[in-house]
Amino acid sequence: MQVLDFTVRSNETLNDQNHLIKVAPAGNEVLPEMQPGQFVQILVDNSPHVFLRRPISINFVDKEKNEIWLLIQKVGEGTEKICAIPEGGTMNLIYPLGNSFTLPERKGKYLLVGGGVGTAPMLFLGKEMKERGIDPEFLLGGRSSKDILQRSDFERYGTLHCTTEDGSLGEKGYVTHHSVLKEKKYDYIYTCGPKPMMVAVAKYAHDHGIECEASLENLMACGFGACLCCVEKTVRGNICACTEGPVFNINQLTWLD
Amino acid sequence: MAGLEVHIGDLKLKNPVMTASGTFGYGTEYADFIDLGRLGGIFVKGTTLAPRQGNDYPRMAETPSGMLNAVGLQNKGVDYFVEHLYPVIKDYDTHMIVNVSGSTVEDYIACAEKLADLDKMPAIELNISCPNVKEGGMAFGTSCQSAAQVTREVRKVFPKTLIVKLSPNVTDVTEIARGVEDEGADAVSLVNTFLGMAIDVESRRPKLSTITGGLSGPCIKPIAIRMVWEVFHAVKIPIIGMGGICNWQDAIEFILAGATAVQIGTYNFIDPAASVKIIDGIHDYLERHQIASVNDLVGKMIVQ
Repeated sequence: MQVLDFTVRSNETLNDQNHLIKVAPAGNEVLPEMQPGQFVQILVDNSPHVFLRRPISINFVDKEKNEIWLLIQKVGEGTEKICAIPEGGTMNLIYPLGNSFTLPERKGKYLLVGGGVGTAPMLFLGKEMKERGIDPEFLLGGRSSKDILQRSDFERYGTLHCTTEDGSLGEKGYVTHHSVLKEKKYDYIYTCGPKPMMVAVAKYAHDHGIECEASLENLMACGFGACLCCVEKTVRGNICACTEGPVFNINQLTWLD
Repeated sequence: MAGLEVHIGDLKLKNPVMTASGTFGYGTEYADFIDLGRLGGIFVKGTTLAPRQGNDYPRMAETPSGMLNAVGLQNKGVDYFVEHLYPVIKDYDTHMIVNVSGSTVEDYIACAEKLADLDKMPAIELNISCPNVKEGGMAFGTSCQSAAQVTREVRKVFPKTLIVKLSPNVTDVTEIARGVEDEGADAVSLVNTFLGMAIDVESRRPKLSTITGGLSGPCIKPIAIRMVWEVFHAVKIPIIGMGGICNWQDAIEFILAGATAVQIGTYNFIDPAASVKIIDGIHDYLERHQIASVNDLVGKMIVQ
């Protein structure tokens, strides 16, 4: 973990709500090893109201360019300020934080399910799988086609399935209604997104005897285990989602009780 | 070279900057970010006789220039601390001070007795001001009688430096401060968090599972400074001031109001290295103003 200033290399508006911001260490420090599922805490500068940093998952690491990609949804004053940082601007991060998804050690059928901005860590996870000789499948959901972000990036690393609530892209409905879930038998499912979606995915996995990991988005203050605010109720009691998560095997959670 | 050393009870602090309980874990959480040995002291997470799971999620709500928390003293209990955490932290080159909380006077006594036996535990901070537990905590700190009683009983079993952490959720903080001074407290620390609440207007539900919680951060700083100044004129024992300190200017403000030392709290979450920057800033301020020792500034706000 470290605190470091980054320079915004690019800040791309993906739709009315989401920005893809690519950052590199301001002093050209070489990025440390990072794992899919980990996150950063972004300082919100020059904002009288916003006090806390904003936890954002690592969308992708481009080792060649020494860049971290951050997919950010504008949901309030903090994320609005972050998305307003121009190219060349500075962003202060505490990173890398949290645990990571369990990377597969053998071939099999792996499904990566993301909803909304929760698709972010799935790109990094898919790339790491591809580098291990595994072809992951992605199942991404959103309200409409404009909410399914980074499609061409995902297609580079595996097969892409989509659902939209209005039917404008892929199958109409929620991710858990997609036909691939009826047609195929997966060995492992990874999920990140709104909690109702993750609970539905976890239930599907549980009912079909499939191992499943979910990345939680609990509210956080520090992000490194000091404040004990982001706790998740687990079979081992209340534990910090920032240090012992954000990724949990669903067997550790109490969602399906 | 400006003098940064200050004394709190029997403690000689290398500088007046410490970190506040509940915001700094057991110090280890910050070891990647700073040299812990630079700190005047570290107040570790609130510790109780029995383990506590704390309150349900959500426990935190951000508010303008601050945050509400309702952690509820989640900790593994004093025995776990003694067996597993103390051995890890005891050799840090700073004062490690345990914040002690309880539901009954007997809890506080039993906890203090166990900590008194630890060689490298030079002080405890008696938390009679936690707003997030149903029983005990703040209940002790909001009445003069119970604040005095718990201080008196713990004083009997704890011969080392005894600091009492005061609640701001009282009509007159000076009465409580005088009460604990009379019963043998070596210092008071103030303020703990202010009782507050926040409501999500769309769902019309409270933002915290406990409805109310403790407010901290820069939004409370002016009130905390006023309380330190009031207590400074009411007691003779040293004051450890806290409440929204983010930089060296804030720390100096508390010192001018009457604090001998300060604790950095919530801001550790935003800048994990803030405490060390504040030490450097105080040092530079003293040099710039040609003040020989930080002690010369305590309570030296110039009026008129």
